[in-house]
Amino acid sequence: MRGSEDQRITPVKVIITGLILLGILIIIILISLSLGPAKISLRDILAWSIGHGTFDQQAWMIIYKIRLPRILLAGLVGFSLSLGGVVFQALLRNPLAEPFILGISSGAAVGAIIGIVFGFGFHLGVPLLSFMGALFTVLLVIGISSRQGGLESATLLLTGVIVNAFFTAVIMFFIATTSDSRLHSILFWLYGDLSQSKYIQLSVSLPLILAVSGIIYFFSRHLNLIVGGEDAALQIGVEVELVKWVSFLGISLITGVVISFSGIIGFVGLIVPHLMRMLLGPDHRLLIPASAIGGACFLIAADTLARTIISPSELPVGVVTAFLGAPFFIYLLKQRGSQWTQS
Amino acid sequence: MDPELILRGVFFRYERQWCLRGIDFDLRKGEILGLIGPNGSGKSTLLKIIDGVLKIPKGEILLRNKPLSTYKRGDIARQIAMVPQESNFRFPFSVFEVVLMGRFPHLGLFPFEGKEDVKIARQSMRLTHTLDLAKRSINELSGGEKQRVLIARALTQTAHIILLDEPTSFLDIRHKVEIFDLISSLTLTQGLSVIIVSHDISLAAQYCHRMLLLDKGGVYKIGEPTEVITADTISTVYKCPVLVDKNPISKTPRLTVLSRRGEGKTLA
Repeated sequence: MRGSEDQRITPVKVIITGLILLGILIIIILISLSLGPAKISLRDILAWSIGHGTFDQQAWMIIYKIRLPRILLAGLVGFSLSLGGVVFQALLRNPLAEPFILGISSGAAVGAIIGIVFGFGFHLGVPLLSFMGALFTVLLVIGISSRQGGLESATLLLTGVIVNAFFTAVIMFFIATTSDSRLHSILFWLYGDLSQSKYIQLSVSLPLILAVSGIIYFFSRHLNLIVGGEDAALQIGVEVELVKWVSFLGISLITGVVISFSGIIGFVGLIVPHLMRMLLGPDHRLLIPASAIGGACFLIAADTLARTIISPSELPVGVVTAFLGAPFFIYLLKQRGSQWTQS
Repeated sequence: MDPELILRGVFFRYERQWCLRGIDFDLRKGEILGLIGPNGSGKSTLLKIIDGVLKIPKGEILLRNKPLSTYKRGDIARQIAMVPQESNFRFPFSVFEVVLMGRFPHLGLFPFEGKEDVKIARQSMRLTHTLDLAKRSINELSGGEKQRVLIARALTQTAHIILLDEPTSFLDIRHKVEIFDLISSLTLTQGLSVIIVSHDISLAAQYCHRMLLLDKGGVYKIGEPTEVITADTISTVYKCPVLVDKNPISKTPRLTVLSRRGEGKTLA
């Protein structure tokens, strides 16, 4: 893929890569639909997907009411977190960045935990409080670190780390003072839980995610230059501050929305962009769509494992992403580490 | 012929302290202007002002006889390119990709480069002898190679003014000369005008048509190297004893820095 004579990224390259990844995504969705406690054969699913054959009432209910919304939400969450990761890595010029690095996850967690502890429902109250927590955190971090309209990356990171530490203390306080079944809910939320997926969540978040993705994609060329240094990008004509403001706010908004539905799912936003960068190179015009779709594939696969591996019980999906992600990431670092550590 | 760039009474301050106070000079077509001065004398700030990155509160800058403030960011980028002292691409972009990024200010809403852009990038790489590096990762290059690639990117911007901020400070002597040779030949063949900040005073004196000595945010002296580089001016501005004689080959001023302790070495 790399190293051909004319290596520039063309629209054709982007479209072909996108179609291949979408094909993989569809295959993963179909396989995931067939897996679960109730046996539905992959062959039936495939026949149904190309318009041949139907299911009995019960199988249809399982597929349509339980598995499909969960798979689609996992896809959207993975899409958004991975998109957030690739954009934050570019904006902060930091390979360790991921969408939670500015503290948004801990803010969202505090909101969600308050919702759980005070007995709000999982369908409206908890996501709403979590989203408010996320939004509050982002505005706080950006508010503290903006100076004369400028967002300085090192200050943002530092503020994020400190705000994160503060909210983690709040989270620990609630965990220490909660003892009943709510504790189990809290812990599941903190490691990501997609079992509450509903179609309504998809229709709320999908338009927003598509809009933000479109805007971010328009900035992909700008991000390439920002990676080489903000001053250099400015001098070559990139409106650096505009790109930063729009991207930080846009990514934070969709991250806040998806984690209010799913809880905190780590590693997706870190590992998928790095994997794609290795396969396809660092140009964001290709990397952004590839990471986003790749993130959807990865999280659907991880969530399928989470709900089937100790069936009929379930694991929090964040356990699976970290359990698979960490060793894989270490392997990648060993293989290609020099490219990250070079300065 | 009208100068490419004219500065009249340019002032600038970051906080309260003025760091540029009343800068006047012009840049002629095809000229290499060496910008020298002690650390903190305002050299880098001056480059950022010329590039329109910093806005001046007082004074006037004319780019091809039009006020710089009337240009948009992208318009400036098509005329003036900057080669930074050092750059660090966090992720492994190939040399070709980096050079092609120079087309940024020329692309419209459609975010992909076309055949013509590739042609311009290749031409720039030919001129800077970087074609062989095309597939390499920018992060794997040596300091000298990287500077040549960044000059290629500046050419790809098709700018007619190139600003270089200490492009040779991390290079060994051979690569320093290579960069100066390259810049010199580009001004001749491509009609570029160049402002180069350098601490290699004797070397810059061999290549620059004129030199500008900055001191505490003001122009201490501007003129041909022989006028600017004298023991008197340099030792006054840099507050450091120096000896200036003539380079026996190029006949340009040659600077020797003198030890403050007088002559001779002593072992502790």
